[in-house]
Amino acid sequence: MRFKTRGVLPGFGLSLGYTVLYVGLLVLLPLSAMIIKASSLGLSEFWLKVTDDRALAAYRLSFGSAFVGSLLNAVFGVLVAWVLVRYRFPGRGIVDALVDLPFALPTAVAGIALTTVYAEHGVLGEQLAKIGVKVAFTPLGVTMALTFIGIPFVVRTVQPVLEEIDPDVEEAAAVLGATRFQTFRRVIFPALLPATLTGFALAFARALGEYGSVVFISGNMPMRTEITPLLIVTKLEQYDYAGATAIAAVMLLASFGMLLLVNLLERWARRAEA
Amino acid sequence: MNPSSSLSSSSYSSSTLPRAPRRTFGFTLARAALLLIAASAGLGACKKSDGSGASPAGSNSAGVATASKAPVTLLNVSYDPTRELYQEFNSAFAKYWKDKTGQDVKVNQSHGGGGKQARAVLDGLEADVVTLALGYDVSILHDKGKLIPENWQSRLPQNSAPYTSTIVFVVRKGNPKKIKDWNDLIREGMQVITPSPKTSGGARWNYLAAWGYVLKQPGGDETKAREFISKLYKNVPVLDSGARGATTTFVERKIGDVLITWENEAILSVHEFSKDNLELVIPSVSVLTEPPVTIVDKNVDKHGTREVAEAYLQFLYTPEGQAVVARNYYRPRDAATLAKYKAQFPDVLLFTVDELFGGWSKAQPTHFNDGGIFDQIYQPKK
Repeated sequence: MRFKTRGVLPGFGLSLGYTVLYVGLLVLLPLSAMIIKASSLGLSEFWLKVTDDRALAAYRLSFGSAFVGSLLNAVFGVLVAWVLVRYRFPGRGIVDALVDLPFALPTAVAGIALTTVYAEHGVLGEQLAKIGVKVAFTPLGVTMALTFIGIPFVVRTVQPVLEEIDPDVEEAAAVLGATRFQTFRRVIFPALLPATLTGFALAFARALGEYGSVVFISGNMPMRTEITPLLIVTKLEQYDYAGATAIAAVMLLASFGMLLLVNLLERWARRAEA
Repeated sequence: MNPSSSLSSSSYSSSTLPRAPRRTFGFTLARAALLLIAASAGLGACKKSDGSGASPAGSNSAGVATASKAPVTLLNVSYDPTRELYQEFNSAFAKYWKDKTGQDVKVNQSHGGGGKQARAVLDGLEADVVTLALGYDVSILHDKGKLIPENWQSRLPQNSAPYTSTIVFVVRKGNPKKIKDWNDLIREGMQVITPSPKTSGGARWNYLAAWGYVLKQPGGDETKAREFISKLYKNVPVLDSGARGATTTFVERKIGDVLITWENEAILSVHEFSKDNLELVIPSVSVLTEPPVTIVDKNVDKHGTREVAEAYLQFLYTPEGQAVVARNYYRPRDAATLAKYKAQFPDVLLFTVDELFGGWSKAQPTHFNDGGIFDQIYQPKK
């Protein structure tokens, strides 16, 4: 099997070798150690551990809230990126910098801050309680935290793509008689879709594994607001390393499957665009 | 659309540049695999030489230490609320050791959740001594890692626990819900704050204290205790992952009517931080919490620090050490010191985990492991 490697710069062999080594050492080695640990359980015991009611409830919460959170980000993140790229307004630089804050903030700090604001005696929590909405210590709070940490992923992937799209294109569409909706639907949206999907996937993957910010706002009630990473920590607390890695392996497989799916979707979207 | 993509495309002519050598993919893969194997072999070799090479180095430094009294360092791995206690104790010990042997000793501290700390030591954090929240976390160092001998708990007086504490309540100023004892906590509409016993060692003491209270009542038995515990946890709106988190929920976020916590933490937060907002309530019955200490044999032998590490722990039992303990709101074992600080520590009928639960090695699996009694409270009825 031969690959086309005619590039301007030499060194394909060396750099690919390095890439495989790098990814192998940093990603595959620890992950395979995990799989080996998990496989120390028998198949039936493994299945029992990863499918008990508690674990199923945790998957539902983790995947559900991560999905909703990143979906929200996919919609509103594109909006934020749009505003940041297309409009000039005072304080734009500050808003732009604020978007990165969830990256930089230690997640525990974010969690404590969110909980303080949304707990029943918090600034917002008190107002929301009056209309009967409870955020902290409910699945809604978990979704909130996961949305918070995911914002930069969508904005930062969509922003550069949006910058590449010339406003002239929109004007051309308008001149050719497209309605505003058509311009968005046929011109802007297809161009943004691949980047949005990437941003969504990144935000989703990040949200699945998020621990620090969520444990504070979730309330950790078994069967109701217990996220999967907490379940892993719980198992470690009993020195049940095999059980912990079993749950982790399920998370890993699910995330990998998700990322693969989104990658395929993205490729499809790019092809559709071209 | 994307102009940069054409740069990397193969259509770019490179006739003026030296052409990149064509490599077969298989060749590259083989090279990467070779590198990987070499690297992992190197890692393995490192590990080996670390294990065997360290002992001569360790004994070497020990030899130097005894000859010229070179300064020595200890690592004490402890749980969360002992931070202030050991800060004061370490400087007292350093002074004592200097006077006695002329050697400087520096004790480094590591604090965190008890279970996490035990796992860190198990996974290779080279603690000379551990001072953890419960015997279960220390026993694991023997059971899973063989770092300490099986009889570790009988090596020092009083179950290797030089200080104790108990579990008490913190309520809002004026005690608006009139909480006096454990049975008030299961009243309808009461909100009780306690962390999850699944993740917090302190919370396990809280749970066992409540369970023991029921057993100590006239006619109290397992069934009643189970019912009591299940009612109690129905009143818990949030299960924080650690003791500090629960304190934050109660004190800062003002959630809940009562916080169940260690006596030392309760006194600290009530007396030192919010005398105007909070009050201490001592229940009639509670558990005697015995946070155990031990040297980690495998590590002190490797570091050559056995002598000083043993002295460090024994110093906890001296009147001077006991005074430091009492000043930091832990109950001292020494009767004379306890008498001196009597006002601080009201009388409670205390039971031990050994007495009512047959020790941690039994209590942990029965109550807290997966599928245990605590989990059953939340398990949906089938």
